[in-house]
Amino acid sequence: MSGNGMANAERAQPVLTARAAGLVGCAECGHVHPLGTQECTVCGSHLVSRDRNSLQRVWAWLFAGMVVYVPANVYPMLRTTTFGHTKESTIVGGVFELMEHGSFAVAFIVFFASVVIPVSKFIAIAYLAWRVQRGKPGTSSHFHLYEVVEFIGRWSMIDVFVVAILSALVQLNFVASIHPGIAAVSFALSVAFTMISANSFDPRLIWDAPEGQKV
Amino acid sequence: MTDSLSDLIACPKCDALHRTPQIAAGAQARCVRCGTVLMAPRNGAMTRIVMLSVTALILMIAAVFFPFLELSVKGLGRKSSVFDAILAFSDGLMLPLSFAVAALIVVLPITRFVALIYVFAPMALGWAPARHARRVFKLAEHIRPWAMAEVFIIGVAVALVKVAGLAQVTLGPAFWAFVGLVIITVLKDNFMCRVTVWQTLNARSLS
Repeated sequence: MSGNGMANAERAQPVLTARAAGLVGCAECGHVHPLGTQECTVCGSHLVSRDRNSLQRVWAWLFAGMVVYVPANVYPMLRTTTFGHTKESTIVGGVFELMEHGSFAVAFIVFFASVVIPVSKFIAIAYLAWRVQRGKPGTSSHFHLYEVVEFIGRWSMIDVFVVAILSALVQLNFVASIHPGIAAVSFALSVAFTMISANSFDPRLIWDAPEGQKV
Repeated sequence: MTDSLSDLIACPKCDALHRTPQIAAGAQARCVRCGTVLMAPRNGAMTRIVMLSVTALILMIAAVFFPFLELSVKGLGRKSSVFDAILAFSDGLMLPLSFAVAALIVVLPITRFVALIYVFAPMALGWAPARHARRVFKLAEHIRPWAMAEVFIIGVAVALVKVAGLAQVTLGPAFWAFVGLVIITVLKDNFMCRVTVWQTLNARSLS
């Protein structure tokens, strides 16, 4: 809790929420309705002041994403055959290969997209969901963390696309051919599950003070 | 009752309540607490969104069917299109991944462009919104994170570096079509503010 001093400074401005005013705001279009309204008159979305059930979906998809991330790293992502020799490489192995070739920038992109982003996403989502469950009111830095997680998730798909392009392109019979490995499937699933997890999170929960929790 | 409520707007991301601001075209209104853009009206935004979506649709058709990349090594050559990249996973267990890649880089972006044209074209012409325009716009917004054309382009760049040592690669016309497509998608998304669109849709359907 070292960031408390800064956090309090950021929260200096008191804010009236729609729920505190006895209203419910639409999470899709922002239109305001009296509390208890079931469906938004503007966009037809289902209205909930705070979607606390969303946390269960968040945890479920997050665990699913973490589970399939394990085989994604253990099994080979690419099978390269050159003149009859077959070499299999995992995600991290591919990064090292790129570094041996001297393409450090690309190695960095791949490492960032396939290792750093997924792992920090797991940690960030778990941290935010845990805070909400403990009833800790968040600050704008927590919200920005959520925004970053939601924005950056899709970029992890890069490696899956790289494998798809390489397998399509490098099919030169005996000289060289590349085939996708089973890790490509579990990696794609991991990215998709974590994206669903982040999308199910109701960001309005991040801001709530503990007394609001009972509603 | 509804009159006074429609003067208010709740931030979709943090629930902070605001009075609907009167702002000039080109300006932006942001949430006081979390900084989410609440309103960003622009002159001719709808016409521009329709134009850009149509352009993107045409580029997408070109991108799928023209040769994308050409690889040559020791006299052996291979041309591949985006379609081949999709089929890369089509053997055996990988088949579902083929469908997923097709959806992410072609089907969902196309669906989104068509949906946006359907929603905005009638309004850009000054007509009332088309039937089910709201449902279609909601669909377009839900698809948004899953349309990954720009991620695909970065993937292509990485793949090119990986192959560069092995063989010579020539970029085909489809590659440039795809790059154009990504730029246009980014431009278009910058023109669109979800809350503003909903308010416009609402106002136009009432009149």
